Amino acid sequence: MSAYFVAIGIVSLIYMLLALGLTLQFGLTGLINFGHVGFFAIGAYTSALLSLQGVPLPLSFLAAAIVPGLMALPIGLISLRLRDDYFAIVTLGFSEVVRAVITNARELTGGTQGIPGIPRMYPGLTGLPAQLAVLATVGLVTLAAVWMIVRIARSPFGRMIQAIRDNEVAVKALGKDPARFKVQVLAVGAALAGIASAFYAHYITYIVPDQFIPLVTFYVWMAIIMGGASRISGAVLGTAILMAFLEGSRFVHDFLPGVSEVHMASVRIGIVGLLLIVFVIKRPQGLMGDTTQR
Amino acid sequence: MTLEVRDIVMNFGGFRALDGVSLTVPAGGLVGLIGPNGAGKSTLFAIMSGFQTQDAGAVLLDGRPLDALAAPARARAGLVRTFQVPREFRNLTVRQNLLAAAPGQTGENLLGLFFQPGRVAREEAVIARRAEETLRLLKLAPVADQPARQLSGGQKKLLELGRALMLDPRFVLLDEPFAGVNPVLIGEIVARIRELNAAGIGFLIIEHDLEALTRLVPYLAVLDRGRIIAQGGPDAVLTDAAVREAYLGGVA
Repeated sequence: MSAYFVAIGIVSLIYMLLALGLTLQFGLTGLINFGHVGFFAIGAYTSALLSLQGVPLPLSFLAAAIVPGLMALPIGLISLRLRDDYFAIVTLGFSEVVRAVITNARELTGGTQGIPGIPRMYPGLTGLPAQLAVLATVGLVTLAAVWMIVRIARSPFGRMIQAIRDNEVAVKALGKDPARFKVQVLAVGAALAGIASAFYAHYITYIVPDQFIPLVTFYVWMAIIMGGASRISGAVLGTAILMAFLEGSRFVHDFLPGVSEVHMASVRIGIVGLLLIVFVIKRPQGLMGDTTQR
Repeated sequence: MTLEVRDIVMNFGGFRALDGVSLTVPAGGLVGLIGPNGAGKSTLFAIMSGFQTQDAGAVLLDGRPLDALAAPARARAGLVRTFQVPREFRNLTVRQNLLAAAPGQTGENLLGLFFQPGRVAREEAVIARRAEETLRLLKLAPVADQPARQLSGGQKKLLELGRALMLDPRFVLLDEPFAGVNPVLIGEIVARIRELNAAGIGFLIIEHDLEALTRLVPYLAVLDRGRIIAQGGPDAVLTDAAVREAYLGGVA
């Protein structure tokens, strides 16, 4: 039983890293990134492939942060001058292109068969100690990410991205180029997603394209909207609720006769949609009371 | 050191919004721009500040064309505008609004932020003092730590002026600084603009409140249907027959 909770803890922290990136991008800057999972996928494949070539895990993790971060730069430069809603569509399209590429680049990625046998972290440990070591590591990285985002939020850079969220035209009138800030924000969020994905790949040890569908992006959106999009504490609480929901819904179908596991996936998507609608209408500030007016 | 627009033409579809507008604001000048609604005043501001691109003509700062510069670069060059409808950063405090406007901050770059913390702190201290002065000058100190969205319309106008001042501008384009502002506060704004002008900042001011404007500016230009129909001292301009016909016809 404790192994089960450790496993949930690890996956929660991975989602939390994703949520922190989106808090920076949407909560603070107002960027509507619907393609978060695309950067997550790039990081996972980067670290998995490198480690299978014998690259040590610390280096492959580093690459899993850097490669998505660099990928964010051209995406940002091309699309960040677009209106917000077009940016959302471009990022969603980007994540689907990533999935199409990894599905079809069979020689490199194994196509739909995916990549099995990805090296675990801490090969010297087994069982619960190995799990706990992973939990501690991802926990420390998440803490570092929280520290970094708090630091950014309270800095002159953080002030300016919140100014961009509030009024981009005024930012231009004051002599600053919003795109320069947004590109950096997109890259940091992508790097966080990349690190999260390296933990994911080396924890699950098996990745296939189906793990990187847009639903993952929207789970993270659900977490930050429930928690309160502009608050870092909101990302933390929202992720906890998301995990409770994802795990809880596994048990629900025991009580719903005639609902198979396959049906349950659809029921879950329906509930995600319903929760998002209810929150946006009834409590747009999220549970942590985000007072930002958009 | 002058701000000049020369033969500006701007069409919106088949409508000619500006039809060969030329106007000069000398260094440290104080010029009012008036005209009926739809005359093209705000369009002219948008073109001067780089938010719209004219079909013909040029905007010059010190005789140097600005046309290749995007809006942010023009602000950095010393030509800063405000907006008719205030564009405050509504979730930031009044003080943060001013700090955000300060130019050249190392801490606005992620690399600078994490690798030059000492320099960031020193710069922040300098701009914080600057923001304090501006808050005092504009009498916004009592509301410094309130979110800007809570300000009255008039206070938002002052905040927009304050943000512009943080850039050390040479010319400020004020779009209706008195609109929606109570008479007491108008007096304050007039006094502040006079002080700043005496310190060498040039102003071009769009305003419908002629009484307040003529108290402030020694020079008026009148825009009507995309053309400058008169310019000069307020007394001469406001008694000009064409101006009375076009602009004050209903009033006189």
